[in-house]
Amino acid sequence: MAGPGGDMQWCFSQVKGAIDDDVAEADIISTVEFNHTGELLATGDKGGRVVIFQQEIENKSQPQFRSEYNVYSTFQSHEPEFDYLKSLEIEEKINKIRWLPQKNAAQFLLSTNDKTIKLWKISERDKRPEGYNLKEEDGRYKDPNTITSLRVPVLIPMDLMVEASPRRVFANAHTYHINSISVNSDNETYLSADDLRINLWHLEITDRSFNIVDIKPANMEELTEVITAAEFHPHQCNTFVYSSSKGTIRLCDMRASALCDKHSKLFEEPEDPSNRSFFSEIISSISDVKFSHNGRYMMTRDYLSVKIWDLNMENRPVETYQVHEYLRSKLCSLYENDCIFDKFECCWNGNDSVVMTGSYNNFFRMFDRGQRRDVTLEASRENSKPLQVLKPRKVCAGGKRKKDEISVDSLDFNKKILHTAWHPQDNIIAVATTNNLYIFQDKVN
Amino acid sequence: MEVNAEARRILAVSISKLYASRTQRGGLRLHRSLLLSLVMRSARDIYHSSRESEGPTPEEPMETSSGAEDEQQQAGLPEPQPALVSSEKLPEEPDSAEEECETTEDKENLSPTRQSRKRRGKASAAPDFLPSKRARLEPGEERYAAPLSSCRAGAGDSLTALSLNRGDWIPLRAEELTYIGQSQDKGITGAMVRAVRST
Repeated sequence: MAGPGGDMQWCFSQVKGAIDDDVAEADIISTVEFNHTGELLATGDKGGRVVIFQQEIENKSQPQFRSEYNVYSTFQSHEPEFDYLKSLEIEEKINKIRWLPQKNAAQFLLSTNDKTIKLWKISERDKRPEGYNLKEEDGRYKDPNTITSLRVPVLIPMDLMVEASPRRVFANAHTYHINSISVNSDNETYLSADDLRINLWHLEITDRSFNIVDIKPANMEELTEVITAAEFHPHQCNTFVYSSSKGTIRLCDMRASALCDKHSKLFEEPEDPSNRSFFSEIISSISDVKFSHNGRYMMTRDYLSVKIWDLNMENRPVETYQVHEYLRSKLCSLYENDCIFDKFECCWNGNDSVVMTGSYNNFFRMFDRGQRRDVTLEASRENSKPLQVLKPRKVCAGGKRKKDEISVDSLDFNKKILHTAWHPQDNIIAVATTNNLYIFQDKVN
Repeated sequence: MEVNAEARRILAVSISKLYASRTQRGGLRLHRSLLLSLVMRSARDIYHSSRESEGPTPEEPMETSSGAEDEQQQAGLPEPQPALVSSEKLPEEPDSAEEECETTEDKENLSPTRQSRKRRGKASAAPDFLPSKRARLEPGEERYAAPLSSCRAGAGDSLTALSLNRGDWIPLRAEELTYIGQSQDKGITGAMVRAVRST
């Protein structure tokens, strides 16, 4: 059965994480990100840990098994903290991870929780020095009187060790909760965004940052919208966008002024009055914004849909895809069980022809822009045999339920896929359920 | 009236969510609080308009004009700092509700003689339908001014007086509920109290 991307068929590749149904809260995956080559895949969780998987070198003898991802490094990025001044606990949950482009042998990534961003260096060590003059092999110091000759220590191979060390800590710049970080194409600066402000940092400088957007009203009682996501343009180092809880996106040019409160472009689609309800404001809040790789489009995710915007057209999106329109009549229940506040992310494939986002019941959706096709797939342990092809799923909105369809009322709203990532070059995707990471790849013919 | 009942239910659910969000790890989430207050405002507007129009059929649930009216009195949200435990700021009818508020307002843990250190905006007073935050005094007990630090959320013990699980929440007083429908509506009273106590 053909799917998005021509004859692409998605197969199960791997699943990471505990099997048991009882999910430890700390293990809940909160972010997933491939690095720029796709060789490394990082996940962050609610317990403040980062786990990095590395793609093994392809197995030439068995080409149908595309290389697997295995654990490369695990480290505790953030710890829970307590703000004594405000009597508030600061969660250690990793909100976002962003990789820096690789410049030398080491890898660098930024990870952030609600308040603090950290730059981590991940480096390999596969040699160690041996033959010290003053020390024994086990580290004990020799008696100087026993040393009769000098030698030069040599580096000998050892088992690969991957070390993660925090190189910078960018703290105390955000009053509100950080929702986004984005590395600039200049590879020197990055932005961090909280509910009301966006700050610009230099990667080398931790004791100060520039505030470039501030939407905090003088009187907090006049607050009507908050910033929900922000991202730098992939090529233009002066351009960034930020989305709001009102469903608008603002594009800002840092050359225009130091403080980018005045936007260069405002992207907003007029609301359809026939869809008005108690919950219109909540479902129009944008949960994620992502530029396309070519920099000509951006994609936004709100509760029920994915929209593709042409940067040259502000008054409406060029494409709109319904993710789970059958939920529109269930908004009241989704409000009561808090699901309406879920923040789904979205992602582009490498050549910007397909977009992907998550849904409930461990379903995720792909929309092929060129072929005008979409598919619903499921990440589940039942479909986890090696190279098992994923069967498209269908939700029955009402009326007679066909065989193999699932009715809306049987959907499990506790099983949600909020975080997905697409390999920058290949058709390999990483899909995070609550505490498991699924890796799927397209069937190599 | 169906719309009426739904609006009341949504209001009750929203209030319990607001209270629950205070004790969330990581502090009050501004985005979530804003969305909750927007829903509450919509529900309140519907409730008002459906009670005013005692017509035969309920109108379209949302009147988009109501959003514009309240433009100047938008949802004010407490910053996730000192205002955590004091009133959730909600958009209000300008004058009448305010007058009610002034008499029943209670800035937590203040002795009657002490001035509130919080800035008071137009809409900063506690909405009437929220229960008063004073713990019930036993006969003979005196209220004392607690140190400011105990106003913060997250510090476990100092919040037990506000815990929804305490049996001695005072019931909502009738005049506190005039906010909702500008009338004595026992139905709302019952629904609100049940919702708050059951959290």
